[in-house]
Amino acid sequence: MLCHHGLVSAASPVEVDPTLTPDEITFLAKPWVTIVWNDPVNLMSYVSFVFQKYFGYDKAKAERLMMEVHTDGKSVVSTGTREEMERDVQAMHEYGLWATMERAS
Amino acid sequence: MTGFARHRRSRLVIATFTGFEADLLRSLASQVVELLRNEAAVPDEGRDPFEAMMDFSGPTTAPEDPVLQRLFPTAYADDEEAAAEFRRFTEGTLRDGKAAAACAIIDGLEEAGLPPELTEDGLMIDVELDEPTAETWMRSFTDIRLALATRLGVEEGDEEKWHSLPDDDPRAQAHDIYEWVGWLQETLVEALTS
Repeated sequence: MLCHHGLVSAASPVEVDPTLTPDEITFLAKPWVTIVWNDPVNLMSYVSFVFQKYFGYDKAKAERLMMEVHTDGKSVVSTGTREEMERDVQAMHEYGLWATMERAS
Repeated sequence: MTGFARHRRSRLVIATFTGFEADLLRSLASQVVELLRNEAAVPDEGRDPFEAMMDFSGPTTAPEDPVLQRLFPTAYADDEEAAAEFRRFTEGTLRDGKAAAACAIIDGLEEAGLPPELTEDGLMIDVELDEPTAETWMRSFTDIRLALATRLGVEEGDEEKWHSLPDDDPRAQAHDIYEWVGWLQETLVEALTS
């Protein structure tokens, strides 16, 4: 049913365990994270620019994440489904940032 | 050399290079293109030519060259199979994108008047980039810097080590170029955010 009537078809309803709270459902649906690691090459201004440009984060959030990368060695920059995180990791590699993905802990 | 700036009225990102600087930048971008195209994504040795032709998928193992390893990092640290799949579906696209970005620098410099062989003294090259092209240059500067830094073995906070090398040490010269591209990129980020 992809592209039926030229419209994007809605995602089919997922069967969820009725005992789960909405928060738990959100958690289960978003179990992956993209991590950006510190490297000695990328400029702080550039990393902050990339976070604003690609993720659409405001300047304050982008700089907080950039500083986290710089001082802690890494930062979780996005959370989502596995497919979404694969897109984000690929985009970070396009920008030359060292990114990996893993299940959210 | 002025670095990049945003032109107030046209909003274009502009810079003026000496012929020498433009030629150097072109040479660095060309090396990135060559590196990306040199090491085949999938080794072809001993493969049936028809099979090789029909294989549209990408590589599944990390490249051998340390620069390429840094340009195409392993996406899953603890899952070899997932990492191989990710690489197979992304590395080809990423390679093409990075090569195209480096080519955009070469084309931009040549369109701005850099001749194939630099012979003339006192030549100045004025580049004017629209925003998408300026961002492409900015991304490719990262690839150039990652390549130089990996070859040199640059580490966090090691500036002192490089600056204490004698001027005629080739590593000192390479590091100067690395810092110059970094400075160019810094001014380009500033121009794009102003």
